[in-house]
Amino acid sequence: MSGYLEGILVLLAVNVVFAYGGFLPLAAGQLNLGLAGFAAIGAYASAYLSNVFKLSPLIAIPSAGIIAGLVALAVAVPVLRTRGIYLALATFALGQIVQAIILNLEIVGGAAGYPVAAFIRFPTIAAVAVIVVLLVWLLFGTRFGIAVTAVHDDERVADLMGIDVRAFQIAAFALGSAIAGVGGGLYAHHFSFIEAQYFNISLSITIVLYVLLGGTQTVLGPLLGAAVFTLLPEVLRASANWRYVVFAAALIVIMALRPEGLVTGAQLRRLFGWHRGGPGEAGVDAAKERA
Amino acid sequence: MLREAEEAAILSQQIVNGLMLGSIYAMVAVALTLSIGVLKFLNFSIPGLFMIGGMTTWALIRAGTPWPLAVGGALMIGAAASLVVERFTWRWMRMAEHFVPLVSSMAFLLLFEHLAVVHWGSELRTLPALFGNADWRVAGLIISLPQLVGLISSIALIWALTLLLARSRVGRGLRTIAEDSDTALLLGVDINRIVPVVFLVSGLFAALAGVVFALNYRQVHPFMGEVVGLKGISAMIVGGMGNIWGSIVGGLIIGLVEVMSIGYFGADVVDIAVYGLLLFILFVRPTGLFTGSLVGQARV
Repeated sequence: MSGYLEGILVLLAVNVVFAYGGFLPLAAGQLNLGLAGFAAIGAYASAYLSNVFKLSPLIAIPSAGIIAGLVALAVAVPVLRTRGIYLALATFALGQIVQAIILNLEIVGGAAGYPVAAFIRFPTIAAVAVIVVLLVWLLFGTRFGIAVTAVHDDERVADLMGIDVRAFQIAAFALGSAIAGVGGGLYAHHFSFIEAQYFNISLSITIVLYVLLGGTQTVLGPLLGAAVFTLLPEVLRASANWRYVVFAAALIVIMALRPEGLVTGAQLRRLFGWHRGGPGEAGVDAAKERA
Repeated sequence: MLREAEEAAILSQQIVNGLMLGSIYAMVAVALTLSIGVLKFLNFSIPGLFMIGGMTTWALIRAGTPWPLAVGGALMIGAAASLVVERFTWRWMRMAEHFVPLVSSMAFLLLFEHLAVVHWGSELRTLPALFGNADWRVAGLIISLPQLVGLISSIALIWALTLLLARSRVGRGLRTIAEDSDTALLLGVDINRIVPVVFLVSGLFAALAGVVFALNYRQVHPFMGEVVGLKGISAMIVGGMGNIWGSIVGGLIIGLVEVMSIGYFGADVVDIAVYGLLLFILFVRPTGLFTGSLVGQARV
């Protein structure tokens, strides 16, 4: 495999993992603009564990995911007190603070960046990405998926149905952050060098764009969104600087014409002839009602 | 004694610098808060409009345009770009999920930034000093005149804006939309004709902030909007979302906190201080310092 191709495929796999980190909170109706912060926690934790304690990346990366998830759990209680646009802004501030703290942490290199000794190749990263996708898919086949979708569609009704709304919101937020942490760990161990500047608000926004482009109604959406987002700029590379312009314009048009994202539950059901849809059915009906 | 006097002089100079920087954040915050207050729409393209204001000023001045024309041109282009954003965000997506217009406006930020890179390149550009030594020295303090003019004109514009909202027919329509856009529609308010006014005004404020920034700090680049825009968002929240006068106070507070934390703790802790303050306010008093505003509270 050529270095260029491997580089793109690695980026694709990492972006898919990030996208699922953004998908979980969005499926529960939360816009998390601090994902880059949790990805940074994962990347630095994983790098530190493997550099200092000589842990294998295969142990360091999941541990880093757990650390990012625990940090998310700790901040979830105050952060999720806010809602709607306030929640988006609180998570945004959180991401900025994480970045600023890492910039001042000398034990991980501060602003100079942090080299990562242990290296992992594409097959490992792809395997982790596949596991993440499968786990989220399985999770959304359980009661968790139905409950989260219900919370997303109407918190009050979900509450009346006996769903612990707050618990599911916190779970979706923490799990999504843990997945973003795993993505950060994968990134750190492949690119061998991390710096806090990479984990900025643009990264958080891009992750959210993957998910919304693909659609939040189905588990397939983020996969497609991340794939289109990673590969489209590469295909457009011929036109050099213009690729971002074309890309942003395409995004605006897609959002205007198809605000629910590229893949919806109703589409999949029609395509495969399912009568009883999987997760997200309630979301489809609600979207129809709104439209 | 001498040391104390020196320290007092440094402190008051820093207060002046903080207020001047804060006035730029305040203008960006007014642009953001107008959009939130009336439309409940966090318009992420505003940092991009700020950049357009700054970079067009630079480009026009480099092309030999006299500065008043360059400023006017930059404001017009900023306002026009804002109207384009209106066409593709709020108008189409009123019915979609609440964060879809937000995401679209983020795409506009990307679009504007990369159009600027394509057109002008990504390096830092420097503006000539237009006004010679236009600093005003009072009691040992240095006050930059362009910035002072910027601050005063933004306060005058904001005052005009509140008058527009309170007295005119358009203002009444906007306040009705802020209250409830469905009811406004039922009452015969022509939403599609009135909403562009919000975008026009917020585009003007964002571009004006960019112009003042360019003339004062004399440095522009395609991504200049991100840092200032994010501080503007913080200023808006500190002041209370949807409250126009609140965003001025918020902008000045954020400017002061930034300059003071650079002065006393070093440049490294600025972001921790500013965003820490923001997070604290969101937790303790998410509605910000001022509520009960002229354009109605943001309810999300």
